[in-house]
Amino acid sequence: MPKTYADLLREARSQIREVTPQDVDALPGGGTTVIDVREDSEWDQGHLPGALHISKSYVEQQIEGAVPDRDAPVVLYCAGGVRSLFAAQTLEQLGYSNVASMSGGFQAWKSAGLPWDKPVSLTQEQKQRYSRHLLIPEVGAEGQAKLLQSKALFIGAGGLGSPAALYLAAAGVGTIGIVDFDVVDLSNLQRQILHTNDRVGERKVESARKTITALNPDVNVVTHEEMLVADNVDRIITGYDVVIDGTDTFETRYLLNDAAVAKGIPVIHASVFRFEGQLTTFIPFEGPCYRCLYPTPPPPELAPGCSVAGVLGVVPGIMGMLQANEALKVLIGIGDTLAGRLLLFDALDATFTELKLRRDPACPVCSTEAVAARAEGHPLPVPVFGAPAAEQPFVLGGPA
Amino acid sequence: MSVVKIPTVLRPQVGGNKEVELGGATVGEVVEALTAAYPSLRTQLLTDDGSLNRFVNVYVNGQDVRYLDGLATTVADRDEVRLLPAMAGGEGRER
Repeated sequence: MPKTYADLLREARSQIREVTPQDVDALPGGGTTVIDVREDSEWDQGHLPGALHISKSYVEQQIEGAVPDRDAPVVLYCAGGVRSLFAAQTLEQLGYSNVASMSGGFQAWKSAGLPWDKPVSLTQEQKQRYSRHLLIPEVGAEGQAKLLQSKALFIGAGGLGSPAALYLAAAGVGTIGIVDFDVVDLSNLQRQILHTNDRVGERKVESARKTITALNPDVNVVTHEEMLVADNVDRIITGYDVVIDGTDTFETRYLLNDAAVAKGIPVIHASVFRFEGQLTTFIPFEGPCYRCLYPTPPPPELAPGCSVAGVLGVVPGIMGMLQANEALKVLIGIGDTLAGRLLLFDALDATFTELKLRRDPACPVCSTEAVAARAEGHPLPVPVFGAPAAEQPFVLGGPA
Repeated sequence: MSVVKIPTVLRPQVGGNKEVELGGATVGEVVEALTAAYPSLRTQLLTDDGSLNRFVNVYVNGQDVRYLDGLATTVADRDEVRLLPAMAGGEGRER
């Protein structure tokens, strides 16, 4: 005898544990995965805070990716509490042992006056453009919306900045600022892939703007055609969520470090030399800063620039892409960054080596003492290039 | 014998070698053995009073010796001692 819808619903009710919206609201954060099984258009109208979205029609395909542990607690909900019961049966068939359905669904949740989020709505074109991001549970529409609202600043549109800016632009980072005062030179084109042959002699910030806008018109490109110096560093970096450091001088790097620490802005640092690269993420007060890592710059003969020593074009390419990866994690708020770790890349050996970094408790910029001194308007002196601090004290920007 | 990893910029001073094997029970002894074999390295690694220059970091098995025991950090057989100066090349512009 064929079963009716009423029979199936009765069976599902007898098999699946139901919880109320109040029960779900009272769950401690983090332990239980709450999954919205409605259609995309319903999710876009609003959903439970912190819920994942897997449409009922994709539950079988996507649940193992979203919840790998079959004994982990899962609560499903839909609009009225029916579809989530059937979806919960599917999870039980797949071996999930701790599945509940929220009775009354999202309607009951809203009627109970419980809080809900309205997702940032992406345009149809954005949904298509970023569809591969939207499919990843850790990014999704919320992560994409964060990227679209994010601001990333590139110091240098060169070998590191080129690949990093291209990928952040493609990823939909809403504002990309570029600090560069140089013009495109033929010798740049071996690796600086933002620029093109017909733009030799053109200002790099303009060339970068053309390439980025052609790739993704969602991105607002802000150009800063000036050299980063003590007088402008605060003004330039203010308002950015992350800085991608592609500088080539120690002066600029220390200047950027000191200002970014004071403002609490993360800096993704990379440097390259021939076949090798170094990379780390400086997140103020979470890990060390550049001065903790290298308290004083080396003499010039120990650290020649790329224009003297040369560099294999792919090395800044690879390191720049790793910078973009760090920036995306910082902006979306997922994963583990390289804060406290220095990653070395050797292109000839094809090896990555990881070194442990620590905060210097005596750091003149990021130590507790340094923070307190800045707050009082008397920043601690930092070493001047080529001279010990004791001989030539110098304070960035002077007292506030 | 520990394995001392030489950064590219210092390789010309150690016969082009990427790494050299040296004896020594502490970082100080390893550095002493290194600078004895390749005297031109001494001024780049050590200050006049014999301490490590601040612009060269030394890691033993991935840990910065500044946060271990500095030059007194013990080095066991087959440990990896890595010399690592800061790199300039951020590649923003040609100079």
